[in-house]
Amino acid sequence: MTNVQKLDRREFVKLGAAAGGGLLLGVSFPGSARADALGILTPDGAEVFHPNAFIRLDTDGSLTIWCGKADMGQGVRTSLPMIVADEMDADWSRVTSVQADAHPSKYGRQMTVGSSSVRGGGWMGLRQAGAAAREMLVAAGAAALAVPRSELRTESGSVIHERSGRSLGYGELASAAAELPVPESPRLKSPDQFTLIGTPVPQVDSTPKVTGEATFGIDVRVPGMLFATVAKPMILGGSLERMDEAAARAVPGVRHVVRISSGVAVVADNTWAAFEGANALECQWTGDFTMSSLDITRHNERLLESAGAIAREEGNAGAALAAAAETVEATYEVPYLAHATMEPMNCTAHVQADRCELWAPTQNPQGAQSTAARLTGLPIESVTAHVTYLGCGWGRRSRPDFVEDAVETAMAVGGPVQVVWSREEDMRNDQYRPASMIRFRGAVAGGRLGAFSARVAGPPLGVTDGGGRGGGGVDRNAVDGVVSMTYTIPNLLVDYSRSNVQVPTGYWRSVGPSGNTFMVESFIDELALAAGVDPLEFRLQMLGDHPRMKHVLEVVADMADWGGSVPAGRGRGIGIVEDKGGIVAQIAEVSVDEGEVRVHRVWCAADCGQIIHPGIVDAQLTGSIVTGLTMALYGEITIENGRVVQSNFHDYQMLRMRGMPRVAVHVVDSREDPGGVGEPAVPAIAPAVTNAVFALTGERIRKLPIRLSQEAASGR
Amino acid sequence: MPTYAIRVNGERHQVEAPAEMPLLWVLRDLIGLTGTKYGCGRSQCGACTVQLDGSPVRSCGLRISRVGDRSITTIEGVSVGGLNAVQRAWVAAEVPQCGYCQPGQVMAATALLTENPNPTDADIDEAMSGNICRCGTYQRIRQAIHTAAEEG
Repeated sequence: MTNVQKLDRREFVKLGAAAGGGLLLGVSFPGSARADALGILTPDGAEVFHPNAFIRLDTDGSLTIWCGKADMGQGVRTSLPMIVADEMDADWSRVTSVQADAHPSKYGRQMTVGSSSVRGGGWMGLRQAGAAAREMLVAAGAAALAVPRSELRTESGSVIHERSGRSLGYGELASAAAELPVPESPRLKSPDQFTLIGTPVPQVDSTPKVTGEATFGIDVRVPGMLFATVAKPMILGGSLERMDEAAARAVPGVRHVVRISSGVAVVADNTWAAFEGANALECQWTGDFTMSSLDITRHNERLLESAGAIAREEGNAGAALAAAAETVEATYEVPYLAHATMEPMNCTAHVQADRCELWAPTQNPQGAQSTAARLTGLPIESVTAHVTYLGCGWGRRSRPDFVEDAVETAMAVGGPVQVVWSREEDMRNDQYRPASMIRFRGAVAGGRLGAFSARVAGPPLGVTDGGGRGGGGVDRNAVDGVVSMTYTIPNLLVDYSRSNVQVPTGYWRSVGPSGNTFMVESFIDELALAAGVDPLEFRLQMLGDHPRMKHVLEVVADMADWGGSVPAGRGRGIGIVEDKGGIVAQIAEVSVDEGEVRVHRVWCAADCGQIIHPGIVDAQLTGSIVTGLTMALYGEITIENGRVVQSNFHDYQMLRMRGMPRVAVHVVDSREDPGGVGEPAVPAIAPAVTNAVFALTGERIRKLPIRLSQEAASGR
Repeated sequence: MPTYAIRVNGERHQVEAPAEMPLLWVLRDLIGLTGTKYGCGRSQCGACTVQLDGSPVRSCGLRISRVGDRSITTIEGVSVGGLNAVQRAWVAAEVPQCGYCQPGQVMAATALLTENPNPTDADIDEAMSGNICRCGTYQRIRQAIHTAAEEG
């Protein structure tokens, strides 16, 4: 996975001695940091080497490691410093993890998306940084003790000379180490030498997150700051035709009403006054987009009627299907989804003549910085962008639209302003997970799948910006999860019909597979049924070329005792996916309770390669299951005459405590390079649930969210 | 604009606010206690949970004029001199992911344990289902509540 050639191009930059004569070490990779001004981004950073360490060792032995990625619950402020500290043989108790501000290059690519903070280049870069620092300290120790380097070892922040019983702390060696050249290719540990990686060290930010001290974007307070919100077009892609602001200005506490690019900012003494002011605004919105959800479904259905651009082809599926005695056909559909991060979009900005300061809960620090530079006309180095804690990310915060609002509003009022979107504005001005459909055909014979075709119809991500990634008319995100299917099938065809329906679309946790894996893994179950083979067995026999996937499937089957007895009134289903470098298989056990699907238990097995922090991995996998269940049971954004219908948690529901199943997670021990953990457990839970619903009721769910027919709801 | 004298975490505050201003925004924007979070503004998500005389309430749905002389406890005042049993259990179980909803979760759980020192899973479902966690930390929340209950 790691690109060795790219590693050869790696360049350590010694940034000189730290304050107090310590060692200051950065690691950078020229050209790796792209300023994603528009926020259109690479969903998987696998090809990009983006180390993100910045290390300072002080003479008192304290070690500061800057985290260039944003924390949205995935624990990077713990896991990334762990990697550096392990290779460095640092004393973890002396490590302080600091959230880095945005910088065009210092921390590599700061965009925090695609479960990519650890996997790919990030992991290797951090290890190299730690290992280089360690070698410099050893060299300094050898000089200080007048012994050969080969006689020295390092442990927990000390260089030790066993033979003479002498040792020196890293702090004591920091100044001397700083004078030494940075090694070109420091020697990395073998996995059995890891002391921190793979262990559950206490996370650095659990305590501030339970005391209320953790500062999220919405908690930033700057002296003299005003509070604002933005009224945005009710019509998707629309604009303001006319407004009467008198009533808004009459709201006590409202100071300004200003037009900005995205709508109307109401600026007040406090957030509530700003919300009240925005509610009192009388706005006439205009827009060309008038479609409704039903029209969009019809549109996608029409796209399914004609061949699309070929995304993957093996053998000759067309001929094999035509020749088959019998085929299985089904059409599946998933809706638009909002991110609904717990913390609504917000940003605080202070724009002055010669500088701009931002405080942003963003997954895209460099995009925030470059956005502010573009809007203010200031050079990038005059824009300071602080990254706060993020109240969920989910891909939503990779777009800098909320940063634009804050910068424009701050420019208009001439002082520091915090712009907070109301929950309603947040839900109606999202970049939605696309609504899409797949029409499948398959032919089974002799218990095996001989031919399979899937036609995907839906918009690319970023469709309102003319989006689409990948060549040949295929949007790679739109077909991800279908094209990436790992089953060995002799005749296989995936094609893609692009929709240009102008509902804004964007990255949503696990992206393409979030919907596609539901559709694929449900249809695989239909094929297993047609083949007369157990769904587990059917999958296993097609995974001969993928031993890691096969193993994970076998593990989850063991965990749940698949094939054993199932409690009365319950059904079980299975699903598996490889996504963003992680392999996850899940079995769900469901019942139908008062007409609704209830998920009682979930077994989850995962192979995410080498893991950094087992507690974080378990949390991410379990949390992803909640994401997937929420999507399966409730998730749906509908459009009516060009407007988003849902507005808040009463009509865009979330899984709550009472719906939480018992989840058992097993992570396979692996020394493979790290894979993603933040997303791969999202996609396969929905089909595990719908396959379980089928096992229980005989009803095949081909559209999310799950809506049971009356027969199935009343039980059989 | 009317003035209200309210008691927050044992301290008295004089605030000038319209009668209908929700307590949430009084706490966050007028008094500066930002641990209590805005999530929905409609008493749907529980991120703004505080305690009023020990009972959990959604501060986004409570007008300042209705607070009266009841004692308000926020996340900043829920424990004195270190973490309370719920917070300790939260840290031990590493409940928080993004952490945004957790002040509300801690306030709801602390109130639950005060009223019911040994809650069953069903009691936890009942008491905690008003608090959404988008990261999906429910399983650890459940575990942490049981741990806190055992520690009393």
